[in-house]
Amino acid sequence: MDFTYTETQDMIRDTLARFLSDTYDFETRQKFINSDSGRDPAIWTALAQELGMLGAPFAEEHGGLGGGALENAIVMEELGKVIGIEPYLPTVVIAGGALKAVGGAQADAMIPEIIAGNAIVAFAYAEPQGRYDLANLRTTAKKDGAGYVLNGHKGVVYAAPWATHLLVTARTGGSQRDKDGVSLFLIDANLPGVVRRDYPTVDGSRASEIYFENVAIPGDALLGGEGGALPLIEQIVDEATVAVCAEATGVMQKLHEGTLEYTQQRKQFGVPIAKFQVLQHRMVDMFMEVEQARSMTIMGTLKLGLPAAERMAAVSAVKAKVARGANFVGQNAIQTHGGIGITQELAIGHYFKRATMIESQFGSADHHMDRYERIALAD
Amino acid sequence: MDMEFSPEDLAFQQEVRDFIAENYPAELRGKQDEGEELSKEDFLVWHKILHKKGWIAPAWPVEYGGTGWTPTQRFIWSEETARADCIRLMPFGLAMVGPVIYTFGTPEQKAHFLPRILSGEDWWCQGYSEPGSGSDLASLRTTAVADGDDYIVNGQKTWTTLAQHADWGFFLVRTDKDAKQQEGISFLLIDMKSPGITVRPIITLGGEHEVNEVWLEDVRVPQSQRVYEENKGWTCAKFLLAHERTGIAGVAASKRGIEKVKAIARTELDGDKPLLANAFFKRKVADLEVDLAALEFTELRSLAGPNAGRGPGPESSLLKIKGSEIQQRLTELTLEAVGHYGAPYFRGFGEGDNEHPIGPDYAHRAAPTYFNMRKTTIYGGSNEIQRNIIAKMVLGL
Repeated sequence: MDFTYTETQDMIRDTLARFLSDTYDFETRQKFINSDSGRDPAIWTALAQELGMLGAPFAEEHGGLGGGALENAIVMEELGKVIGIEPYLPTVVIAGGALKAVGGAQADAMIPEIIAGNAIVAFAYAEPQGRYDLANLRTTAKKDGAGYVLNGHKGVVYAAPWATHLLVTARTGGSQRDKDGVSLFLIDANLPGVVRRDYPTVDGSRASEIYFENVAIPGDALLGGEGGALPLIEQIVDEATVAVCAEATGVMQKLHEGTLEYTQQRKQFGVPIAKFQVLQHRMVDMFMEVEQARSMTIMGTLKLGLPAAERMAAVSAVKAKVARGANFVGQNAIQTHGGIGITQELAIGHYFKRATMIESQFGSADHHMDRYERIALAD
Repeated sequence: MDMEFSPEDLAFQQEVRDFIAENYPAELRGKQDEGEELSKEDFLVWHKILHKKGWIAPAWPVEYGGTGWTPTQRFIWSEETARADCIRLMPFGLAMVGPVIYTFGTPEQKAHFLPRILSGEDWWCQGYSEPGSGSDLASLRTTAVADGDDYIVNGQKTWTTLAQHADWGFFLVRTDKDAKQQEGISFLLIDMKSPGITVRPIITLGGEHEVNEVWLEDVRVPQSQRVYEENKGWTCAKFLLAHERTGIAGVAASKRGIEKVKAIARTELDGDKPLLANAFFKRKVADLEVDLAALEFTELRSLAGPNAGRGPGPESSLLKIKGSEIQQRLTELTLEAVGHYGAPYFRGFGEGDNEHPIGPDYAHRAAPTYFNMRKTTIYGGSNEIQRNIIAKMVLGL
């Protein structure tokens, strides 16, 4: 048993942390998230070309750093510490994960484009009626000659306004909630008939509603087998869920540290408020949540390679624990700051907003406790 | 002891329902349903209707314009206005400075200010907190120095709710620097149009402009606008804070909030069933209802029990703590209910923007409201301070 990081992993973390502390201070972030495009494309280019960071989980034969889920977790945690809005999750973790899983010509063509920073992929999986059920799909892909015709509505697709490609879940068969008949497509984001409504999100990112109106897509856009993609989708969403928990760990750490710092500066009744035992105990509780979130994220990362049922139970345990921890740490960071925590001016509130959105991303604590019970407590 | 409404109460309830149905402005209802940001005029239209009817200040003594209702009638009133989702009346005049003025003010102050509070002619704001004085309010540093018949006021206040609309403000200021903290404070009424006052917006997490910083530079205030004795302002402040805390329980509004959450959870799908059929979600709604019932009967005991009429005591801290926690859980549950559609940030309708916002209407303000309502356990004396009050004043620790 060994919980130490390798030299390469330490190097990835240090390099990225240094880069982000130079480029991603809070004021700079606020400036570009409030700009028209909502991002600074130069950061993404630098992550790819100067740092090689977008190759972290890919094989060296594709030009990557030869890492995997641990490297993704490192990158996501560092992004969490600066509430980064870079589309690493959908592009590298999710689309990259799907491409690694299917391999072949599609992976050979696309992975180098991701590593180079040329391709940004948004993950169009959620639908307005579907909540967190990955198979609850009304979007359809109908066979048409060698290709397919795509129709449907995908909701709250993070990073879609910036995307060159979309990773889309759609039905090629079966009815709305069947496990069979689900397929996965990687398509050009600008195909005729792809209609987007873009908007900002409450946590500082951008997203879109995407309407597919008779979009003709080529046959080789299909990733994996037709109609049998649900296990693959579940796998990449589990990988993404753990990656988001790693991000949460970074966010929670900053919420906790910011609170410690503030309470030692802020004086009331003649003393720093950190002297009050009721606040000390609360900050201890926050600390324990941060540590447990980190432990669970490591556990989840290490268990991603297990057989599906064990993997799902583990990932659900991780997400439920982290979601509750993020809720507790976020709410108490604001409470301990008092009024100043609710203003837009301080970073702390923005960390709280991201922590809040992470709570339900890829399923709320209830959703994951339910999945955990169904697998782990099945008689 | 009983909890039944008498025939007179039931008749009163019907009268209230009819009145609201016939008089609540449809345009205002529409704006509330769409989640639009409300203007000063929007806030005042219902106020003025109630003033005309004579129902604007049920809690006030009759001699100053109150309704003379029994506690039960006042309970019915707040129930019915919440049930009908009537807009919240601004508390700064009606629930805060009004009671201070009729309790501690001079005959001239009563005659001048009380009718204008009732009519809505003056919009009030509260100058209490300062950047260095939040929970430790008595450490406030804004000064008022006597100069002939006036005071000259200097300092900075913060978290001043809707000061951008205010005609008048009530301020806590230090009039004796050498006295013990609480003993050198006075309670001043200040015209917000006075030279030397600057109001600067503070934007909060949901993007709202609800609170402000107020800067006072050599503001000249007649001493006739001091309420109660010089250096005795803390008496008024404590009186007002206790009043503020009862309103803060917000039982009727939370009841309405639970109905809204249930309506959302009946519409949102979880698989092939409504979300409200999800056992986990349903249990959380049930937990809220049970806790709200406990809060409601605790409030009713303090309104109609043996201490009724004596004014709110330290038990109002209990109402504030439990009431604010319930309000926050409601917003949390709403955000949970709307699922993915909590994420889109709806910035209100732009000029000439007729496009329908993203997601269901009930989802638009779910996240901003959740963020914003974190304030309820902070303002009016944080819940940590309320627990200190209970420990000291109720438990005698």
